[in-house]
Amino acid sequence: MMNAPTALRTWSAIGGVAALAVVGEVTIAAAMRKLGDLDIIRERSGLPGAIRAVLSSPLFLVGALCMALNFFAMLYALSIVDLSLAAPATASLTYIGNAVAAKLFLHENVDSRRWLAVLFVCVGVVLLSH
Amino acid sequence: MKHRLKASQYAILVAVMLTASIGDTLLSRGMAQVGSVDLQHLGLLWQALFNPYIISGIVLLIGFFASYMTALSWADLTFVMPATAFGYVVIALLSRFWLHEHLSIYRWTGIALIVCAVGFVAGGPSRTEHESENSELDLMDSGVGR
Repeated sequence: MMNAPTALRTWSAIGGVAALAVVGEVTIAAAMRKLGDLDIIRERSGLPGAIRAVLSSPLFLVGALCMALNFFAMLYALSIVDLSLAAPATASLTYIGNAVAAKLFLHENVDSRRWLAVLFVCVGVVLLSH
Repeated sequence: MKHRLKASQYAILVAVMLTASIGDTLLSRGMAQVGSVDLQHLGLLWQALFNPYIISGIVLLIGFFASYMTALSWADLTFVMPATAFGYVVIALLSRFWLHEHLSIYRWTGIALIVCAVGFVAGGPSRTEHESENSELDLMDSGVGR
């Protein structure tokens, strides 16, 4: 049936959107960290200089590609899954994935207050969609 | 405290909150008009790019992208994340006080949880210090870099 996607199709769409978002955000965060404070770059070489600095970062381009794919994957997901399921499910999965990936790959100090925040945000986002 | 945020940096975080949530809302409204897209009708995605809601949603999401990247250039990913979640709270509160929609106890609980999460993270440092960056950051903190 076209109007009733299977659970597998629903969750692979949601999982795909979340996975693309995690890869994209962590890659972009890595690119920005490497680049340094954008406000300072903008003060030094103006907005065009800041845009040039961002666009010439290969890590950023990979991340942006993932976010673009994420955007279209989300449009696709929204057409087969209700927003009330797709939004909280992708948001929660993305939060958890981001926190784990930020700790593993960006070596961020994800301390207990940040883990607690991830947990609260996930539960909060699910409750908000009720 | 080291790495205390400036007023302009708080403004960027507020922009992250507002653009993401309002942009997403516009996109979902636009997609509701375009209709269901499946693998046989991917052309509908192209059509979607001409819907006014989708266009304004995309403009806001570009603004989100710019402010989000600026924030990530001076703060941790796990520090900025709750700011995006706070956008959902903004949407819920707008629907309550502007559209006068009823908010269930579940939603109020969700709002309270996300507000707590923002509080937890905002109380801590905005950035993890790494050995290799320390000298550079100290330079910035002392104001020499400006």
